[in-house]
Amino acid sequence: MAKRERPLSPFMHYRWQYTNTLSILHRLTGLFLAFGLIALVYWLVALAGGPEQYADAAAVLSSPLGNLALVAWSLSFFYHFLNGIRHLFWDAGHGFELKVARQTGWATFIGAIVLTAIFWTVLAVQMGGAA
Amino acid sequence: MSLRSPLSKVLGRGSAKNGVGHWWAQRVTASALILLTAWFVIALLSLPALDYASVAAWVHAPLSAVLLSLLVGTLVYHSQLGVQVVVEDYVASKGIKVLTMLIVNFVHVLLGALGVFAVLRVAFGAAV
Repeated sequence: MAKRERPLSPFMHYRWQYTNTLSILHRLTGLFLAFGLIALVYWLVALAGGPEQYADAAAVLSSPLGNLALVAWSLSFFYHFLNGIRHLFWDAGHGFELKVARQTGWATFIGAIVLTAIFWTVLAVQMGGAA
Repeated sequence: MSLRSPLSKVLGRGSAKNGVGHWWAQRVTASALILLTAWFVIALLSLPALDYASVAAWVHAPLSAVLLSLLVGTLVYHSQLGVQVVVEDYVASKGIKVLTMLIVNFVHVLLGALGVFAVLRVAFGAAV
């Protein structure tokens, strides 16, 4: 008698799709943004500390490493923001159709990049092109 | 025949000894954060500049001080709930899990207190 195929655990044979990548990214960006809270609070505390402390914090945040972190945090934020709205619609029972789920997935991904680009463009104009 | 007590059936809580409070809190804070973070980003970009005087004057205004405090508080709450799930999912050892959660909770409460206090200090301080 031929040996029967035994069932495998889902993670052994699920095809990797961008939809599950988006799902993992939601958690990763969320965790990364938790560390961003430290930067936000650092900025506020420096503001409360007066002009000199604020200038020091601004220098740290606008250093190359600081800028890189801020760009990463802003991209993570816009992604988590848009994908979070997607999740809330799912919680309400909408948008589960395969086609809709894929479309909103792409919209989230591209939307996050577009919003980040707009954010930094406006910020650069605001800072007189010195950003 | 069920061995569950009538009280246990009514509470409907199973072995986790917890209801859907965590799940709901995450969604409610998420909904609040859609509004608060959208306001924060737009307000930040609407400032004439990001120097001390402009930012301090903005935080000094009552509406921005209140909304910023709510933002910090809600962010901290939402973040704590989210990080808690990650810790529960990936930290297998009970001892390390409890210890990690203690640290995570302490850090979140500290960040929340620092953030709100900083905003209030600017808000209640002299006008810039």
